[in-house]
Amino acid sequence: MIAFGALFRRDLRLVLRRPGDVVVVLAFFVVATALFPLGIGPEQNLLARIAAGILWSAALFAALLSLDRLFAADYEDGALDLLLLAPGALELAALAKCAAHWIVTGLPLAILAPAIGAAFGLDGLGLAAVAATLLVGTPTLSLVGGLAAALTLGARRSGALLALLALPLCVPTLIFGSSAIESTATGEGFGVHLAILAALALLAVATLPWAMAAALRQAGE
Amino acid sequence: MALRPHSASLEVKDLACRRGGRLVFEGLSFAVASGQMLVLTGRNGSGKTTLLRALARLGRAESGTIAWQEADIAWLGHLDGLKGDLTINENIDVAERLRGVVPARARIDEALACFDLQKLAGRLVRTLSAGQRRRAALARVAASQANVWLLDEPMNALDQAAQTSLRQVMAVHLAGGGLAVAAAHAPLDVPGTRILELPA
Repeated sequence: MIAFGALFRRDLRLVLRRPGDVVVVLAFFVVATALFPLGIGPEQNLLARIAAGILWSAALFAALLSLDRLFAADYEDGALDLLLLAPGALELAALAKCAAHWIVTGLPLAILAPAIGAAFGLDGLGLAAVAATLLVGTPTLSLVGGLAAALTLGARRSGALLALLALPLCVPTLIFGSSAIESTATGEGFGVHLAILAALALLAVATLPWAMAAALRQAGE
Repeated sequence: MALRPHSASLEVKDLACRRGGRLVFEGLSFAVASGQMLVLTGRNGSGKTTLLRALARLGRAESGTIAWQEADIAWLGHLDGLKGDLTINENIDVAERLRGVVPARARIDEALACFDLQKLAGRLVRTLSAGQRRRAALARVAASQANVWLLDEPMNALDQAAQTSLRQVMAVHLAGGGLAVAAAHAPLDVPGTRILELPA
């Protein structure tokens, strides 16, 4: 656990020293969601109806934007060799890096998204659903994206490949996340959807670090 | 640097490695005991780095065996593994924790002093020159409790004073029972050194 904590703190410190990377992700999220009212008009009922899909799709693209650097920086400066040689489990190292990624992307997106949702005309329950589903669903995006980042390490056009690999795997999270928000419009609760998102996140935590570690070992050779 | 107990040994038998589909060497056999350093020399492309990575289990051997006894490995690759946005102190601290060790401040200070880095210890690595950066990476290796040092071109970018420091630190490591394998274009002139020239 010493190694897990050290790597988690190291990645957070690196982001804090270069906050521009996080600002770009959040700015992309704001700009991408702002384009829809400009493109389809300011009709509030329509915007409220499609807000869930827009917010979740934009959050997914924003999270992917920063994922291609998740392991690439360590690969390029040789730090990946130190991770591969460390006596601790590489799976935990991969998990630590995804956790740090979530703290600096998923968490800020979950905090920022209700403000955008309010501009789209979502009511209080809808805004709560936006925050809660992104809070519970974005860890899955970080983990799935982490796997895609590990698999495409060292490849040319790794950013495009990463998106091609990660986007289909994120579809279940996207569907349950946006349908949870939509269900609040009919007065239904979003507890079931949230539970499914939590189950998907737990499944990702339980399986993907092993796949990431295998991909990283392959990339290191 | 303080002496500490070491007992590592390495035995390589009939080793063959490929890189990019090409067989870079085959039938390689050698042994290195505690207190010895093996310097791998050879022309560019002869497989020095490939062999070093195979010894560290960072690369796969085509055939043959690599048997380590009691090895705790500290690694310095061609890429130094230092994070540009962390200070030298922070880089060494993280490296120690990744090895599962709580960093010993006195030992890190001693390693920094060996490479004349005390005044630079709080500087971000990206602000250092190539030579200073290499010294920081060597200090990271020296600060570790590892009994095996695997070093790829450790003399790269070092000035005369830093090369002398490396020889002194290496001599103490070997005298303390440590083991080292280094890929280099020239011998390191340290007592206890053997040279293995890889065929071109």
